[in-house]
Amino acid sequence: MYPTPIAKTSPAWQISYQALLPVALVLWLLPLIGVAIFSLKPAADFAQGNYWGWPSTFSGIQNYTLVFTGSDMPRYLMNSVLITVPTVIGAVALSCMTGFALGVYHFRGNLLIFFMFVAGNFVPFQILMVPVRDLTLAMGLYDTKTGLVLFHIAFQTGFCTLFMRNFIRALPRPLIEAARVEGVSEIRIFAFIILPLMKPAIAALSVLIFTFIWNDYFWAIVLTQGADSQPVTAGITSFNAQYRAAYHLMSAGSLVAALPPVVMFFAMQRHFIAGLTLGAVK
Amino acid sequence: MLSTTRLPLVAAVLTTALTGAASAQDSLSGTLKIFSDMSNPAPRAVMEGMAERFDAMHPDLDVELTIIDREAYKTQIRNFLTANAPDVANWYAGNRMAPYVNAGLFEDVSDLWDGQIGEELASTQGAMTLDGKQWGVPYTYYQWGVYYRKDIYDRLGLSEPETFDQMKANCQALLDDGVKCYTIGTKFLWTAAGWFDYLNMRTNGYDFHMALTAGEVEWTDDRVRQTFANWHELIDMGAFIDNHTAYSWQEALPFMAQGDAAAYLMGNFAVAPLRDAGLDDSKLDYYQFPAINADVELGEDAPTDTFHIPAQAQNKEAARAFLRFVVSAENQTQINAGDALGQLPVNALSSVDDDKFLKEGFDVLSNRAPGGIAQFFDRDAPAEMAKLAMEGFQEFMVLPDNLDRVLDRLEAGRQRIY
Amino acid sequence: MTSSFWRRNQQRLAPALFLAPGILFFAFYVIFPILQSFRISFYKWDGLSPAEPVGMQNYSQLFEDPAFYTSLGNNVIWLFLYLLAIPAGLAIALFLNQTVTGIRIYKSLFFFPFVVSQVVVGLVFTWFYDPTFGLLNTVLEAVGLDPVNILGDPSKVTYGIIAAGLWPQTAYCMILYLTGLNAVDPEQVEAGRLDGAKGLKMLWHVILPQLRPATFICFVVTIIGALRSFDLISIMTQGGPFGTSRVLAFYMFEVALSEYGFRMGYGAAIAVVLFSIMMVYIAGFLWKMYRDEKGA
Repeated sequence: MYPTPIAKTSPAWQISYQALLPVALVLWLLPLIGVAIFSLKPAADFAQGNYWGWPSTFSGIQNYTLVFTGSDMPRYLMNSVLITVPTVIGAVALSCMTGFALGVYHFRGNLLIFFMFVAGNFVPFQILMVPVRDLTLAMGLYDTKTGLVLFHIAFQTGFCTLFMRNFIRALPRPLIEAARVEGVSEIRIFAFIILPLMKPAIAALSVLIFTFIWNDYFWAIVLTQGADSQPVTAGITSFNAQYRAAYHLMSAGSLVAALPPVVMFFAMQRHFIAGLTLGAVK
Repeated sequence: MLSTTRLPLVAAVLTTALTGAASAQDSLSGTLKIFSDMSNPAPRAVMEGMAERFDAMHPDLDVELTIIDREAYKTQIRNFLTANAPDVANWYAGNRMAPYVNAGLFEDVSDLWDGQIGEELASTQGAMTLDGKQWGVPYTYYQWGVYYRKDIYDRLGLSEPETFDQMKANCQALLDDGVKCYTIGTKFLWTAAGWFDYLNMRTNGYDFHMALTAGEVEWTDDRVRQTFANWHELIDMGAFIDNHTAYSWQEALPFMAQGDAAAYLMGNFAVAPLRDAGLDDSKLDYYQFPAINADVELGEDAPTDTFHIPAQAQNKEAARAFLRFVVSAENQTQINAGDALGQLPVNALSSVDDDKFLKEGFDVLSNRAPGGIAQFFDRDAPAEMAKLAMEGFQEFMVLPDNLDRVLDRLEAGRQRIY
Repeated sequence: MTSSFWRRNQQRLAPALFLAPGILFFAFYVIFPILQSFRISFYKWDGLSPAEPVGMQNYSQLFEDPAFYTSLGNNVIWLFLYLLAIPAGLAIALFLNQTVTGIRIYKSLFFFPFVVSQVVVGLVFTWFYDPTFGLLNTVLEAVGLDPVNILGDPSKVTYGIIAAGLWPQTAYCMILYLTGLNAVDPEQVEAGRLDGAKGLKMLWHVILPQLRPATFICFVVTIIGALRSFDLISIMTQGGPFGTSRVLAFYMFEVALSEYGFRMGYGAAIAVVLFSIMMVYIAGFLWKMYRDEKGA
């Protein structure tokens, strides 16, 4: 193990290490801690210039209540859910199939198609912006959650295919060969042999895509406007315009907007990290 | 911030009482979809009130109001005009209508301007006209000028300046006392354009402003340089607050409210938040931007906000009726009152509210602006030029020595854009 | 009949069947729009009225546009400074690669800036930097230094935004390295120790070679992240003051879709340039993948 395990070092260093950990963590999260403190303060503190002193009263509950009752925040959060969940399902479903096709079969152009997905996953959004906006307008899907979901599914299919194909490649091939010998159809091989083995990949990918899509801002402002369809990343800027210079509310709103993927991460940590690092360690 | 309000509930109750006679012959029906950018608290209440009253007047009509954050609206209008057009939409007068007029997205409403209404709104007809036709109606306008801390001026024995020299002398006295002369937040650029407009109109006059924004004058012209030279003097004095690039106009308000800065060149909409911040009329006052070049007549900025009918609107009949309702003398008086918008009515038959700032502003625009009344830099100039120039203004305020580079860039832009 | 045809040919038909939906979606929303953007870049178009072909005019204007060079320059700064996330992530990973009680929670908390959306990161850092009340200036003041106006000062603004971006990016690299360190071969470490390798020498000669796959992924995600930087700039400065913090990705959006932007063709030309730069990296990545595929 590297670096040297702490248990094997001098007692002095062991103690300083234990002391250093929380200090380093506080420094690392300082900007976020600042916002969290803001969100607990009453408006009066800001008017009096008491930015970093002790809150004159604890107003956390009022502030967060107002975020949920005095604005469209609940609608934005709901929109985010209604955009993120279908996207995750759609992209994972499509890429299970493409990953299976590219991972199991040998045919001409296999690598070419695979590379097309990989390359597409890395292109700058800007090269897609104007045409995708036009397409969405032309289909009458501008400013709808559906329009955003369809695009997200398509774009994420690139990354998901890369992920799934590599995962399927690593599965034991004899399994498929044996099934074929017994006359199992290709579709059944996919549905009853491969798919169950892909569960960990599906879990990892779902958590990852959930975070990506939840945090998307660019496409939200290009393809939607207003509380009927905008997700919370875009909604937070409207929220801030409504409460301009009300820092306690803007802070509370920002934390609320940031929370769902954080919860998701802590709940599904193992899958999340497995997803991120697949390919990083071979 | 966007929220959709459906109003038929209230309407149903009110209708019977209010509009017995009108309803008999009323032919408006269906839905009237309104998109509005009146998202600040006071304007929001006004817009909601108008929608409610109009709804009550027309029992068979369902008014559906959507209020969108004012900043976000500026980028969203192009989308909804093409994709899902309402029946009525807010916008601004002058050249800012041009992209939508040219693209055929605004309805020609010249018919509304024929006859009585046209006469009552005569003063704003020019600002609503492009290609010889009218493309909407105004609902409010407001003066710009210098809002200042009367109590600070009094404490230092200063009076409202009438010349540029007095303005600078006042400023020096304030600086000597440790107070900045002017607060400003240039993060969103247009506030700097307010300064440019006034310095330019005082240095070269209203006609020059119009020629410059119409692309007829070179940015490297000596007259433009003279405007910047005057601005340079103020910057060199340290007249403006530090770090203004980091603030929006709202974030610059506290400097004045807390007495760190003594004045704000701004539109009349700044009065409401300044009052909210605790400046009553004994502390807050207004003066017209003083003369610089005695040879030019005073011109003013008075931006006009408007209503339009998108070309793709579904219910144009109701939309036209709504526009007529908005500009009626009675409604104009009501919505521009001090306890409502706190701005000036566009209808000549309306009365101006008995508010210190509104009365003085009305007087300035009616009697003390012989040079002419402009919209505002970013409404008179085409969008692209406005953006380029306002960025230049901001750069100049931070790095005045870059002036030559800035002007060359603007001139290159002018040759390309017009 | 059909079923026997299917049975005989299913191994050839199945891949096409499985690929079809994905490829259709992808072609419609990604491949086709890329080609469209190339086409639009030869037009003058405000997005409202009909487009007008102008040949190379957008490109010739672009190469004379000072804002384009500012953006390009900032992209280069982003590209280099963003790479700091890699050593920083490695350092934190080494710091946290221990087995004391509670270390798992520490690892999670160190990672969590990456999970927070860039919009919130941008807001958080905007307030952190605020010249009147920001925590940064409060701290600077406390230790007797002059306050700084990071986001309002053209010479500091880009660095300020990059610092904000490095926060989640470092967390990302950290987690990649932590996983990589888990897989480091203990025997090699022991062998290194016996050879007398310690500290940095050990890191350089024994550990880093084993972390190469992690380092490679770090490079890929960091470079792509740097070239994609949009959210932070949009939230923190909108490219200001006077355009000094723009990068190509933001400038493109600005000229095409922002408040005063109506130049779709010009925006498309910027996007094409950005795409071409990115293609260099994508091609490099694909080349490495191709070699690995052939080797495997």
